[in-house]
Amino acid sequence: MSTISEVHAEHDDHHHAPRGLMRWVLTTNHKDIGSMYLWFAFAMFITGGAMAMVIRAELFQPGLQLVEPNFFNQMTTMHGLIMVFGAVMPAFTGLANWLIPMMIGAPDMALPRMNNWSFWILPFAFTMLLASLFMEGGGPNFGWTFYAPLSTTYSPDSTALFVFSVHIMGISSIMGAINVIVTIMNLRAPGMTYMKLPLFVWTWFITAFLLIAVMPVLAGAVTMVLTDKYFGTSFFDAAGGGDPVLFQHIFWFFGHPEVYIMILPSFGIISAIVPAFSRKKLFGYSSMVYATASIAGLSFVVWAHHMFTTGMPVQAELFFMYATMLISVPTGVKVFNWVATMWKGSISFETPMLFAIAFIVLFTIGGFSGLMLAITPVDFQYHDTYFVVAHFHYVLVTGAIFSIMAAAYYWLPKWTGKMYDEGLGRLHFWCSLVSVNVLFFPMHFLGLGGMPRRIPDYALQFADVNAIVSIGGFAFGLSQFIFLYMVIKCIRSGEPAPAKPWEGAEGLEWDNLPSPAPYHSFTTPPEIK
Amino acid sequence: MSFNLRPGVTSISEQVYGLHMTIFYICCAIGALVFGAMFWAIFHHRKSKGAVPAQFHESTKVEIIWTVIPFVILIGMAIPATKTLLAMEDPSDADLTIQVTGSQWKWHYKYFDQELEYYSVLASDWGEVNGKLSKRANYLLEVDRPLVLPVGKKVRFLMTSEDVIHSWWVPDFAVKKDANPGFINEAWTIIDKPGIYRGQCAELCGKDHGFMPIVVIAKPQAEYDAWLAEEEAAYQAKQAQELALVAMTMEQDELMSLGEKVYEKSCAACHQVNGEGLPGVFPGLKASPIAVGDVSKHIDVVVNGVPGTAMQAFGKQLGLKELAAVITYERNAWGNDTGDLVQAKDVVAVQNAAQ
Ligand code: HEM
Ligand SMILES: [Cu+2]
Repeated sequence: MSTISEVHAEHDDHHHAPRGLMRWVLTTNHKDIGSMYLWFAFAMFITGGAMAMVIRAELFQPGLQLVEPNFFNQMTTMHGLIMVFGAVMPAFTGLANWLIPMMIGAPDMALPRMNNWSFWILPFAFTMLLASLFMEGGGPNFGWTFYAPLSTTYSPDSTALFVFSVHIMGISSIMGAINVIVTIMNLRAPGMTYMKLPLFVWTWFITAFLLIAVMPVLAGAVTMVLTDKYFGTSFFDAAGGGDPVLFQHIFWFFGHPEVYIMILPSFGIISAIVPAFSRKKLFGYSSMVYATASIAGLSFVVWAHHMFTTGMPVQAELFFMYATMLISVPTGVKVFNWVATMWKGSISFETPMLFAIAFIVLFTIGGFSGLMLAITPVDFQYHDTYFVVAHFHYVLVTGAIFSIMAAAYYWLPKWTGKMYDEGLGRLHFWCSLVSVNVLFFPMHFLGLGGMPRRIPDYALQFADVNAIVSIGGFAFGLSQFIFLYMVIKCIRSGEPAPAKPWEGAEGLEWDNLPSPAPYHSFTTPPEIK
Repeated sequence: MSFNLRPGVTSISEQVYGLHMTIFYICCAIGALVFGAMFWAIFHHRKSKGAVPAQFHESTKVEIIWTVIPFVILIGMAIPATKTLLAMEDPSDADLTIQVTGSQWKWHYKYFDQELEYYSVLASDWGEVNGKLSKRANYLLEVDRPLVLPVGKKVRFLMTSEDVIHSWWVPDFAVKKDANPGFINEAWTIIDKPGIYRGQCAELCGKDHGFMPIVVIAKPQAEYDAWLAEEEAAYQAKQAQELALVAMTMEQDELMSLGEKVYEKSCAACHQVNGEGLPGVFPGLKASPIAVGDVSKHIDVVVNGVPGTAMQAFGKQLGLKELAAVITYERNAWGNDTGDLVQAKDVVAVQNAAQ
């Protein structure tokens, strides 16, 4: 099998791969585009991380030491926007680009030229967003949730840039999602039925539908902000007959599915890694698929759990409470299935598995705090405090980001054809694991103790815990450079990797392709029994 | 610092605390089971111990069990939660109503059926914030005029806002409700114990969101009545005094020194102590067309605000004397040197013209 693919690889080089910078600018190859997405996401992760460091440095002590409150708000806003739209989402799209064709036996993504566009507009969106920091009045300072009327009547002049960059991010996401759907529906190898798709492909398939459903809603919301601010409409202005709470309904109708967009592909990744290192098939494949679909479905009917304090009829509060609680059932099924997969396996602990195990534990902790937040009467107390900040960082950082790290380690040999340095991988893992918990766990206490989120200065009683949190933050930030070093070292001087470096790994990418994977994955589709 | 939610001082806050603890314990129990099983597998089903993988990968029976059991647990949680929520959302039959209005960055309290209303702003000094003064015990949790409420009475709050969304939160009462501009929200509480209760604004409302504390003093009924009578008398005396002011003329020194104090308290948060504002966010006053131009336009801006911007109407927030003083100050500080002296009667003239 490998000889055939090597012949293809040479053949590809002759005909399709231009050299130099233009190779990257003009490329329509899913692997090039996947790599660019991943590097871009990492750059944004570091940029957004630097902003988090500014925030944590300011919060190290009570009082204002380093930044003005207005700049502090710009930092929290940009940090949130960059991490969500610049780091997590592009990283998942990068993984989708790299892996989906290899996993379903396709030569490339179905719409390669669109693929090129959907990547290349992103750097422009984020350049524009970052540039707004240098405008008079500064960048967006209204939180990544940009509640009106703070983001309309009271926002800085750079709001137009913010709106346009969100439009571009949205267009990019939609194009990416269309490509994923079309690829999965049309380019599966013969015999690859839906119920044989690897779970990563399934979770991305469902995620892509979520994206197409909600990104236009976000686009609508920002456009309404734009016209309210610059063209005299009053969608969100009570004085003109509008309603600021309407903004929140629209925003969260996008925003809640959005948080699932940032976690569903993780479920697919973990469902590939846990079986591989347990040397056992995934427990309950079909219930995993159904659980993912029901989480996606439920995500559309729970948006108002972000808005319990805005004042809603009590019937609505009850409905949103029950619906939100329900989500923990399919989520629980997933966690139980992973544990059952490990049960009576033959487990080994290479770096991807370490990240996967940490994911299961820490994501579950985030799930528990989520269940607590679902209980409306108690949510009144938690809402907009550091308890919430702790919750969503457990699901986003130790959830989404950890799964992305796990994926990077797991597939790096397939991408580069080289093995990474296992020692560095473990070092990165342990440093991240310890620091991330020092960073986010004490935030639960801050929230319960009464510290609101998004404040640049706080009462004296919160001082000690904030100092600890900040130290955890700096340590976590530094740990990520181990990862960067590990990747560079792997690319430049790693040991050559076999086609299937992981004993228990399953899937077309391991069994039917050499490492590194050839430029075009499958020029002749593999036959699946 | 307390590391947990506080039980608070109302029956609702105690129920909320109870719910919080119950669900926390349930989560701990589930966590112990799941993580326990996982770590058992990690220790005993390790490859390095020679574990041989089993072949099972499906069991409809267990999967049904672990779908149904969580469902039942959830129903067990939903029942008490529903009861508490229904109780929380019933503001009927209140003994007393307070209108709470948020604005950037202060709270305004208005007692219904009484002649009393006032603003409540952060009392910590900016010197404490930027490290020039040492911080007092209740740093950032102290205000110049706390809200005073009677113990054991059902108090209804009507929340609204003049500009952006704020959120009025006192943890000890388990009350957090958004103050939305142009709309009114309801909440209520019955405080069981006299005391001083502190909270903060809980919705990102702009630059000084972190500096918008809430302080409530709960007094026994008799003390509360006495306090109320005193405040009402003082309020009326103040109104009468305002009328008398119209006939008076103040000297430049007095206007400037009072004006500087008022400016620092009410205006400097946005326009900055040096009058230069924050470019692109808040306009500067130093050499600005309004501050050195037509006096009545300047008075109008301060008294009535500029609708659709962060500039509030200070006509209600400040007394005539303070208004006259601060406008005079703005026209003569930072080299504005217009020499204009604004008197109470000038302010009244603009107020009347607007009506
Ligand atoms: C180095 C790691 C990180 C640190 C130290 C950190 C820290 C913080 C802090 C201090 C806040 C402000 C909380 C507030 O006052 O509201 C924040 C907000 C936020 N963070 Fe992170 N964070 C980190 C990583 C991430 C990652 C990886 C993501 C996304 C995957 C993320 C998503 C967010 C979001 C969405 C917000 C809310 C922004 C807003 O309030 O508008 N963070 N983070
Ligand atoms: Cu506020």
